[in-house]
Amino acid sequence: MNTPVRRVAIAVMAMILLLFANLTYVQVVQAGTYRDDPRNQRVLLAEYNRQRGQISAAGHVLAGSQPTGDRLKYLRTYPAGPEFAALTGYYSVTYGSSGIERASDSLLNGTDDKLFAHRISDLVTGRDPSGGNVVLTIDPAVQKVAYDQLHSRDYAGAVVAIQPSTGAILAMASTPSFDPNPLASHDVAEQKKAWQADNATPRPVLVNRAVSETYPPGSTFKLVDTAAALASGRFTPDSPLTAAPRITLQNTKTTLENYNGNACGTNPTASLREALQRSCNTAFADLDAQLGEKAIRDQADAFKIGMTGQTIPLPVAPSTIGDIPDIAALQQSAIGQRDVALTPLQNAWITATIANGGKVMQPYLVKEIQSQDLQPVDTTGPDQIGQAITSGVASTLTDLMVNNEKSYGGVGKIRDVDVAAKTGTAEHGGDPKNTAPHVWYVAFAPAQNPQVAVAVLVENGGDRTNLAATGGVIAAPIGRAVIAQVLGKGTG
Amino acid sequence: MAAPTGAPPGKGPPPAPLPTGRGIELALLAFAAVIVTGALVLVEANQEQTLTRSLLWVGLAFLGLFAVAHLAVRRFAPYADPLILPAVALLNGLGLVMIHRLDLAAPQDTPLVGRQIAWTTVGVLLFVGVLWRVRDHRTLARYGYTAGFAGLVLLALPGLLPASLSEVNGAKIWLRIGGFSIQPGEFAKILLIVFFATFLVQKKDLFTAAGRRFLGMEFPRPRDLAPLLLAWAFALGVLTLESDLGTSLLFFGIVLVMLYSATERVSWLVIGLVIFAAGAWAAYALVPHVQVRVQVWLDPFADFDNRGYQIGQALFGLGTGGVGGTGLGAGRPDLVPFAYSDFMLSSLGEELGLIGLAAILLVYLVLITRGLRSALAVRDSFGKLLATGLSFAIALQLFVVAGGVSKLIPLTGLTLPFMAYGGSSLVANYALVALLLRISNAARTPLSRRPAAPAVPLAEAGTELVERPRTPVAAPEAAGGAS
Repeated sequence: MNTPVRRVAIAVMAMILLLFANLTYVQVVQAGTYRDDPRNQRVLLAEYNRQRGQISAAGHVLAGSQPTGDRLKYLRTYPAGPEFAALTGYYSVTYGSSGIERASDSLLNGTDDKLFAHRISDLVTGRDPSGGNVVLTIDPAVQKVAYDQLHSRDYAGAVVAIQPSTGAILAMASTPSFDPNPLASHDVAEQKKAWQADNATPRPVLVNRAVSETYPPGSTFKLVDTAAALASGRFTPDSPLTAAPRITLQNTKTTLENYNGNACGTNPTASLREALQRSCNTAFADLDAQLGEKAIRDQADAFKIGMTGQTIPLPVAPSTIGDIPDIAALQQSAIGQRDVALTPLQNAWITATIANGGKVMQPYLVKEIQSQDLQPVDTTGPDQIGQAITSGVASTLTDLMVNNEKSYGGVGKIRDVDVAAKTGTAEHGGDPKNTAPHVWYVAFAPAQNPQVAVAVLVENGGDRTNLAATGGVIAAPIGRAVIAQVLGKGTG
Repeated sequence: MAAPTGAPPGKGPPPAPLPTGRGIELALLAFAAVIVTGALVLVEANQEQTLTRSLLWVGLAFLGLFAVAHLAVRRFAPYADPLILPAVALLNGLGLVMIHRLDLAAPQDTPLVGRQIAWTTVGVLLFVGVLWRVRDHRTLARYGYTAGFAGLVLLALPGLLPASLSEVNGAKIWLRIGGFSIQPGEFAKILLIVFFATFLVQKKDLFTAAGRRFLGMEFPRPRDLAPLLLAWAFALGVLTLESDLGTSLLFFGIVLVMLYSATERVSWLVIGLVIFAAGAWAAYALVPHVQVRVQVWLDPFADFDNRGYQIGQALFGLGTGGVGGTGLGAGRPDLVPFAYSDFMLSSLGEELGLIGLAAILLVYLVLITRGLRSALAVRDSFGKLLATGLSFAIALQLFVVAGGVSKLIPLTGLTLPFMAYGGSSLVANYALVALLLRISNAARTPLSRRPAAPAVPLAEAGTELVERPRTPVAAPEAAGGAS
């Protein structure tokens, strides 16, 4: 009976081969499908089981992993919640991540090459690979003021504060904000609930307006026009420009008028200084028509408007001055309308560049990378990437901006400090005349030794019904409060 | 492996002492202990337990336990196949490591590994006991009918007892006595194989009687079908009374293969498969439990949160493990309900990957083929049938459980031999392996080393070859010749 026994042996081999073939199907062919199935919690659990690095600023933990003692070893927590949410972003294994959590993910989860040496030692000691820590340049006190200023008034908007000499970002707030904590919950149902709530708000909360959204800069763009004019050598602060309350755009029937249809002062012409101070649209349309598109575009390029692929390390949406096909378009662009669109970060950066004598410093958010045991692994230093204007032009422009701030009304002006500023009120939307404008305030201080440059944007005048909102009334007090916090000054 | 069988008896000078393979066995056992200890170290490291020297002692204790088994083999079955025991030791050891690993994942529960180690010890003791008491496998044939009766009783008992004494998790396959619960079916399996080997050797003529030829195959006479139909009906009875798809399938499969091996007739397989198909269809149509199993098998994700959860999680585990696995102790096999018993395979597959599972399947293949090799080499029909039945029992059980967990076939309630948590299965399988080693010893014992047979009167010797044996023990088949 050996023949049947041999056949049984062959059958057994066939059975095991069949098992192996099926396991190959399950573990190789179908592996990806099974691994990525949302009902498969294994990847999620693996993430929760690793101690993710913390995000901190000046000793404050903004995002940390707390040991929980249950079977999911660590819970991601955000002690300051919504205040820093634009920076930290959220970290949800179900819904992905944003902010620094996303931009510095490989550092935080410990897989980045910068942490290579530590990974090797983890391997030898048999520990789980631990994540590195990310230390931000943010000053938590300034961040708090920036966030509270927007949040307490229920504004949708953004504030960016930059240290002009280095490019270090001191504050970056975006409102309305969200609480990242429930999105990192161990309870998938809670994550889902929070995610749905965050996506159902009338004003988006998950977007970081400071870097991800571009807005028409309105009159704040006149700083770029003025810089181009001064740099051309053909204009000085005293050069005369039209003071007409309205002009017809070149070769068109379209008219462009000053705010409220006012004339630019009492004279037939207005100086560049006065035009900037009064923010006369007609004067700047006149100015840009004289300068030409190339001068404006070159100046915008020098201020790094249109830079693509910028990461701080948050990815920054590229700002733009748009296509400018003719002089009429240039005249509209001159006042920061038409296709001109800047991120609040870009506007703060331009202001910081003026404050820094024209030297363009790369803005950055991450000061230091640390290993899990808080040893520095990598530090970020100031990085000059260009010269936008000469120091002479910067100095003249600073004087003009100081003159602006002195002429501005509004609350919260800082005593004993020269502040250089420009406001902006930008029309937008399909029906600009009946839509509350986006309002801006860009400023730096002290004028002679700038410590901080700030850009404030408030969407829709802070209140959709406020058609008369202006940068000076709505945005300026916020910017001044932030500057006062940096300088340690009182406001009045 | 060249087995020292078939040496022409009594010719030429006595051959040099043949290698018994015991040295190889000991070396392989030590190798298995090294692998198991290494696996344990990996689990401890990945589960962030402190690595202490005590792990080494655990490894040595493991080796010590199997050294006892090895010494028993050396003493009682010195020519037994040297690969079988190390294969068993490796599988059992890896199973223990995985059970320990799953204990770590559920620290609030009482550790299972302690009980399983105790069962392993009991198993090894039974192994030694079987080798010691059963000096010649042919003696078992004397108790064939007793074994058959005992096997039937054991198999049927849980089905007939009230559920309070026999039901655990929906399957009425247990005997609960005091704090213990055992699965009598595991022991019944061996007893029934012994019975069938006895029965088939005795009634071989019955099954080979000429019947009708059809499609090039010789079919038995209808009235000779009775034993097979009886087995079939019994398997269906087990299925319906005990809701135990696995045992029923295993039981019927073993009967069929032993019948085929005894008769060398493919027609038995055909008949068997036809009535199996009929039985399966009837079970599907009539038993709701079977319908559920089939639906879950066809699409476990359709009812993932409920009935498909276990198999779905197992597939997720296998898929997440992929080719290389997550590493021992680094995956989440504990997400699968009953990861330590019925779903041991998915636990292993998640952490060891396809590569690890392939290795484990190969170790099983070595174990099974060495058993079948013994069946080929042993000289008596009873031994051949017994070894075939026992080896195929392991193979079929492996196929049914591994195929069930990996969605090749509908899931049944069997456990992975030697690896899964469960005392009855483990202890019974040690007895099974002891019998395999016993047969293998008989197959490999050099004839020249046997005590010289008393001179048989020529007249008697001549007639015995053509005479139908009265009992298989009294009249072993012609020495040295394979049937």
